[in-house]
This record gives sequence, C-alpha cells and structure tokens, in this order.
Amino acid sequence: MIEEAIAIIKGMATTLKVALKPPVTVQYPEMKRPVSNRFKGRHELKRYENGMEKCIGCALCAAACPSDAIFVEASENSDEQRYSPGERFASTYEINMLRCIFCGYCEDACPTEAIVLEHDYELSFYDRASAIYTKDMLLVDVPVNGMDTPRTVEPGTFDRSIPDMENPK
Amino acid sequence: MSDLVTLTIDGVEVSVPKGTLVADAAKKIQIDIPVFCYHPKLEPVGMCRVCLVEIGLPMRDRATGELLKNEDGSPKLSFRGLQTGCTVAVSEGMAVRTASQPVKEARGAVLEFLLSSHPLDCPVCDKGGECPLQNLTMAHGKGTSRMAFNDKLKIAKHVPLGELIYLDRERCIQCARCIRFQEEIVDDPVIRFHNRGRSLEIVTMSEPGFDSYWSGNTTDICPVGALTTSDFRFGARPWELTPAASICPHCPVGCNTTMSTRREAISGGRKVIKRIMPRQNEAVNEIWICDKGRFVHHFADSAQRLTTPLIRKDGQLVEASWDEALDLVAGQLQKHKSAAAGLASGRLSNEDLFQFQKLFRKGLGSRNIDLANRQLGGGEIVAQVGVGSGTNLKDLGKGDAILVVASDLHEEAPLWWMRVKQAAERGVSLVLVNGRRTRLDKFAAHTVNYEPGQGLMTIRRLFGLAQVETESTRDDQLAAAAEKLIKAENLVAFYGSEGLTFDESDALAKLLGNLLLIKNGHNHTGRANNGLIPVWPHSNSQGAWDMGIHPAYGPGYAALETPGLGAAQIYAGAASGDIEALYVVGADPVGDGLMADRGKLSFLVVQELFLTETAALADVVLPAQSWAEREGTYTNGERRVQRYYPAIPAYGDSRPDWQILAQVGERAGLEKPAFAASLMFKEIAKAVTQYKHMDYRSLAQVEKQWPDVGGDDLYYGGNAYENGSGLGQQWMAAAESGAVERFEAPDIEPNSFESLPLIQTRALYASGTLTNISKVIEARLVSPTLTVSPADAARLELSDGDVVDVAVNGASVQAKLSVSKYATVGLAQLSGVGSGFVSGTAAAEFNRVVESEKELA
Repeated sequence: MIEEAIAIIKGMATTLKVALKPPVTVQYPEMKRPVSNRFKGRHELKRYENGMEKCIGCALCAAACPSDAIFVEASENSDEQRYSPGERFASTYEINMLRCIFCGYCEDACPTEAIVLEHDYELSFYDRASAIYTKDMLLVDVPVNGMDTPRTVEPGTFDRSIPDMENPK
Repeated sequence: MSDLVTLTIDGVEVSVPKGTLVADAAKKIQIDIPVFCYHPKLEPVGMCRVCLVEIGLPMRDRATGELLKNEDGSPKLSFRGLQTGCTVAVSEGMAVRTASQPVKEARGAVLEFLLSSHPLDCPVCDKGGECPLQNLTMAHGKGTSRMAFNDKLKIAKHVPLGELIYLDRERCIQCARCIRFQEEIVDDPVIRFHNRGRSLEIVTMSEPGFDSYWSGNTTDICPVGALTTSDFRFGARPWELTPAASICPHCPVGCNTTMSTRREAISGGRKVIKRIMPRQNEAVNEIWICDKGRFVHHFADSAQRLTTPLIRKDGQLVEASWDEALDLVAGQLQKHKSAAAGLASGRLSNEDLFQFQKLFRKGLGSRNIDLANRQLGGGEIVAQVGVGSGTNLKDLGKGDAILVVASDLHEEAPLWWMRVKQAAERGVSLVLVNGRRTRLDKFAAHTVNYEPGQGLMTIRRLFGLAQVETESTRDDQLAAAAEKLIKAENLVAFYGSEGLTFDESDALAKLLGNLLLIKNGHNHTGRANNGLIPVWPHSNSQGAWDMGIHPAYGPGYAALETPGLGAAQIYAGAASGDIEALYVVGADPVGDGLMADRGKLSFLVVQELFLTETAALADVVLPAQSWAEREGTYTNGERRVQRYYPAIPAYGDSRPDWQILAQVGERAGLEKPAFAASLMFKEIAKAVTQYKHMDYRSLAQVEKQWPDVGGDDLYYGGNAYENGSGLGQQWMAAAESGAVERFEAPDIEPNSFESLPLIQTRALYASGTLTNISKVIEARLVSPTLTVSPADAARLELSDGDVVDVAVNGASVQAKLSVSKYATVGLAQLSGVGSGFVSGTAAAEFNRVVESEKELA
C-alpha cells in the first residue's frame, strides 16, 4: 500500500520537475534554433574574396551525386568576360532539391570548395519546377570589396582553375 | 607456320608473327604493358619509357651454339636490365617480365617524372575521365608526390594551333604522337617540336595554323588533354556522354563513327551531338576520320531545320499537319501519274531510296526517277567488276597495284587517299592517270597527266598497251604503267569524273572494267582486293544504283524494258511542261544550278532538312529527319552496306524519309508503311538479289579487330574506337560468281581546245547546305577559286588575287584567281562553285572584273 503511494509521489515529482523546466520547443517560424556547424542544408556556390566564382564547372559534383540531382554545363572563360579563375566556368548549374538527399558528396568531390552545404533547411515548393535551384539562386552574394562576375581582368592574372596546393611535406 | 615466334610473357606462352613488338605481343594475351608514345598505328620511337620491361634472352654455349639449360632443364636466360617493350621485337625463346619489382619501380619513376611538370587540372581537362595518363597513374603511380607543387612549370594553357585545335602546353607530355601522325600517316607535317628540354613545345608551321584535313585525329590519339578541338572544348565530361554508332554521311568511303550525345540546357533541353569520333573498322577507316566528318554535324541541330510540313496557300508556304500535306501530295501525284517524276539524292539511305522507287514504279506507274545530279557513271559496271568482297586496302602490298583515274582522292574521299598513300608506302605500285597534279603524285610509281580532254583516249591507250605482251617497246610512262598494272598480283582501280562529262565517265568505267578483265596470269576481277572502286560524289550514290534510282535500272540492276526519263530530260520536261509533277528528295537542283526555276510544273513537292532554294519554290515541303535522328544503311564505294543508328531525338515533327515516302505510297494505293527501318531493309533484301544475305542483325555483327584499341583499356587512347555496332557487309560483284563479258565502251571524240580549257575540281570543304552551318570550319570553306599556272596567267594577262569572271556555255561565275606554280600548265581549275557548273573539260572565257590589290599597292 505504502509502496504504491511512494510510486505515485515519485511520478508526480517527475512531472512537477519537468513542468517547471523551460520548454524545448520553439515558436517556429518566429523563432529558429541554431543548427550545428556540420549541418547539411541547402547548397551554396561560394566566391573568392575578390568576388570571383569558385565553381569551375568541372561537374565532379554531378558525377559524385548519388541521386543525379546536379546538372552542370561548362563554358569557356575569357579575360573580357571572366566568371572564375582558369579557362572553364559553369554556365549552367542546377540542383534539383527534390532529388537531393543532402549527403554532401558534392562537397567532398569539389576540387575548389565551391559547393558547400549550408544551414538553410527551409526548402518547400508549390511545384516541381521551383524545386530546381539555378546558378543565380545558389551563388552567394559578392563579398564586400569584391567585384561581381562576369568582369574584365588583366590578361594572365587568373589563368589557373585550381588554387595552388600545399607542397607535400 | 615458320614465321611465328614463341615467347613467354609473365610465364604465359604466346606465339606471334615475326617482327611483332613486345608490347603488342603482350596485348594479344591481355597483358597490358603501359604506353604513352607508342601507338599501334605509328612507328615506335621509345620516347616516354613507361613501357620498360625486363627482357631475357636464351643463352647459348659460345663454342657449340647450343642452348644452355638450367638444372631443372629449362633454358638459361640472360636478363640485361630494362628495355622498352614498344621498340623491341619478339624473338624465339624470349622471356618478358612485366610485373617484377624493377619494372614496377621504373614505371612509377617514369610516371612521377611525367607528373612533375603536368598540371593537376584534371577537373577542367576535357580528357579527364578518358585519359591514359590519369588511368596509368591510378594503376601504376605512387599516389603521393615528392615534388614541390610550386616548382611546376607554368606555361601557356591556351595556344590555338589553328582555329580547330587548341594546345595546352602544360599538359603536353611530349610523346609526339600528334607530330608522328601528321608526318607518317597523313603526310601533312604542319606541326612539330620547337626548342628542347623544358622549353620544348609544339608549334604549327602552316598558314592557316594546323592546315590539315586530319587535325582532329591528333586529339583522339593525344594521351593527355594537351590537344582539344574548338568544337568540343569544355563541351561535356566524357562520362556524361551517350554514344551512338553512326556512319559518316559525307563521302563514299563510309567511315564508321561514334556520336557522343548529351542533353543540354543551352539547347533548350534537347539532346544534341557533342562530338563525332572514329569507330574502329579496319576494313574501312581503321581508327581515323577526316575533319569534315568530325566537324560537319551541326546541321542536325540547326535552328534553321524544317519542323512541320509546309503547304503553299495563296502564294505563301504555311504550316500544315502531316495528314493534310500527305493527302495533298498523294492526290496530286496520282492525278499526274506517269507525268510525275522523282529526283533523289545520293545522300539518302537505302531504305529511303528503295521506298522512293517503289512509290514511283509501283504506286504511280511512273518510270521517271533519277538522281538529281548524276556526275559519275558506271554503276552497272561496278556491279560486275567492283572490288571483290573481303577487300581491304590494307591487305595490298608489294607486287600489287592501284590505279587512280580522274580523281583527286585527297579532296573527294580523304580516307581512301590516306589508305592508298599508305599502300604505296608499303610497296604497292601506284599509277595515277589524271588531268593534273594531285597530292598523290608524290607516292606514285607512274604519273600520267593527260592533255585536257584526252582522258578517255589515254585510258584507251593504256588498255591497248596492257593487252600487248611485248616488253621491249615500253619506254614511255603509260606503257610502263600498263605493264605494272597487268603484272600486278592484285589490282584495284579507282575512278572519278574530274574533267569528264557523265558519258565520258561512263565510258571510262567500261574501259577500266575491260582493263581489269584482261587475263594475264592474275585474275583482276571477282577476287578480294581486285576490281573497281568508283569515287562517287555522295555517301550513298552506290546504294542509289543498287536500289534502282535510275531511269533504266530497277532494284538490283534489273534492266527495264522501256526506260523512263533521266534527270536532264526531267529538268527539260519541267521547263516545257511535259513533266507535270516533281518530287525532289534531299536534293536542291535549283540551288545547284541544274534547274532554273519550277518552269511549267503544276506540282512540286520537296522533302528536305532545310528550306533550300528548290524547297522555297515548292507547293509542299515535307520535313525529313537527318541521319543522326534515325536508323538506316549506307552502301559505300566498296559496296559495303553499313548500318547507322539514331543518336538524337527527331527535330520538330520531322519524319524519316522512307516513312514519309511510304505514307505517301499508302495513300497512293501501296500497302501500309513498315513499322521500322529494319523491316524496310527486309523488303530490300527480298527485292535486291545482291542484298539477299543481309538484314539489320547481320549488319550489326562485329568481330575482334587488330590492333586492339578501344575496350576497357585506354592505353591507345580514345574510348570511341570500340566497334560494337557492326562492321557492315560487302555484297558480291557479279564477277565473283560467274564470268563477265567485256564491255562495249562507246567511242567519244576527244576534245581539243584553242584557248585555256577549264575543269571543275572538288574541294572537301566546299560550301553547301550542310557544311555552311558548321561555324567551326567556316574559315576553311572554299570560296570560288580559279587556279592557273604562272605561264597561263601571263598569257591571259591576269595576276594572283584578281577577281575573274569565268564564263562557260552561257553561265558565268566570279572567282578569285590563284596563280600556283604547282598548277598544271595549260589547264584552268575552278573550285568552290556549285557542282553542276562545268561539265567535263570545257572551253571558257576569263575576264578580269577586279584587279588584284597586290598589284595596286
């Protein structure tokens, strides 16, 4: 008899304890919880500090993608119309967010660290076509002190696609 | 066999012909010795050293000469360090180690050395994914580098060698495959090495840069991404491309090709042809194609293509539905019946051509069908004494002969030029009988340049000389040539129609047939590697003969009792009103100057890819599919029937030619159209006796070819080489199954000229409906050019660069004058104008219109 009473009191105490704690849920969408640094959300195409696009249109992300969500078409850069360092840039870059499984293989495959899965997770669409993110939607804003692309540059200044690598030690 | 040599490679015994190189011998038993500079089609040079292997030779006792044995009885071998597997020929008893520790170390070292100055830009490199350097590094490389990255060479990455080929100097590993290809295989040494050591680079020495009809092949054999074509540069990654087997639609050689296609956003989501590469067929094009075959494909994806049927209403061509257009065409044709005529082109497939003649002969009861522009005669002669089945120009060697008459193979059929040239280098006696100098002269044993208008006479003399057995009187070139030809073990004769009228070329074919029929020890007809090869103007002119696109022959060369009207009579009939309805398929007689306008035709229907000049005058225009969108077969000049496959989806509402013709036929009372091209071909096989052993399945058969390029390994470069889609089948000439009688060659009076005579020569890059659309070769298109020798120019008081008005038989054209010391004296050559301008060798008038700027300066 007493044992039962103790059990009830214990249970009520737990209830009381939790009831007095601040709530875990937040008032989404008014309030948003910060995500972990390694969270894999919507992709972004990054730029160098000078504003040049990091993406060189090599399509290795598309090759690595297990769900065939990425489509890349490359074109040739010129010093008058330069998008990225080197000879090649992505003239078309599309990710189908309905197909993407946010595995991050594209990030791993990218030789220039151009594509990064960032922290935006609010991806919802009214129709399938709007699930396709095009290059202008994915490309980040031009950093301060940077210049937008395409731009005219001095010949010979940006002639290598891949940034210099660290020497072997 | 005595000329086989047995050796062991990694313990596996293999017997190969004497003279085989170690690398090739290993390849035969699927042991891959890596190579960069070596290529089975090129002479070995041993420059890159990656093929280093250990080679042991059996030891002999110096005194007795006997083989020394180990204790266990096996022969004692002496290994003397590493040797290059690509330069050492096999010898009896040789033992090769390809996977021992020293070999592995040497390979790793060579790769490390090559990579020490090779950029790490595989992600942006067009070769990435099909790159031998990439693959060999993955297979044999060390995985890490000891070299400092910032010591890497930083040199030019964007060097146009011409407007077609770009060089990336950083990527070049200096194997010289490209340079050797240009020198050895095609005799166009327009690129070479410049400087030495770390400053070594490839430069072009021609103007315009990389001036060769073969430049694209260097990008295929380049083992890295140093050479790329401007057409495909950054176009797609190789793994994204879908291959489709095809046949080149440009000339009678019928090169096997692979089209790489991809769906593209910039083309509005359409699947388009990204590049064309050769597909291995050792009997046709080996692993090469000319630049025309490689770059002239953009017409298939052109926005100028016709997409819907057009019907003329109130003087305007307006869009219409297929049913409406087909009903109208069938109704009109039936109204005119035997007053209807049909003109087809030699570019159509066999299925199209067969259905075309069926529509006219069976559906309408009209016999008036012909090719729109028949330039070369002799199809029925070729059917009897054409080259024997199993012919491969590569099999010709010492003691054999090739005769080329009235043709410039380099411009008309580049691959044949290459193979004839190579045959001559192997020791084949090459005899040229032409009206002028050509690029083959250099390789010929005997060159006879006849006087203008004397071509037929010369061949008649050659035939006469060949019949005479005596040898003492043979001092002139022609007699010596005749002796060579008649004594040859194998004899192949090419003939074209340069400087000849149609009738002359027809007589020429007969004379050459008779020449081949002379029996003098060797039979020159009815055997493989013997017989006649016509240099037709189009890819399927041969098929047009076979399918009976001829006023006098039905399918399979069945002679008709009452022949219909030929093209010339049809054009005259259209002008006079005797022909009331005309159906033109794939040809542009108005644009080619064969027909002035639609004359008194009451109905003109044109089936085309583009709105040509003829189509613009038509009552109904039907949009056809290009060769890239559909299935079909072409028959090449060697009578090899080859199948091509669809690569891209149909453009607009276009339909295959045979289907349109069959749908018109259905409305005109013929049976329902076949469901597929393969069923059409079955019908052909029934009607054309020569094709009776063939169907789409047998045409798709393949067998192992040597050298073994393509497949899984990429050592020899290019994954497009693999042929899994058919080698084609040659049909048997009549001489192979029975005796052939001599031909009656008509006597045609030779012409003689008082003033400078004119011939029309063909150019590979002649401007035309299909070529004009490919922007990459725009700069190389031949504008109207008149070429004369300096002596003739002086006589006409004209100078280099003048614009000259050339008048022949009432027609005239303006051409730029080129005075060349290589031009034949006493003959003016006109190139770059419509194919129907000059017939045979003609008297012409030359008047200066604009004086050359050079003189003014």
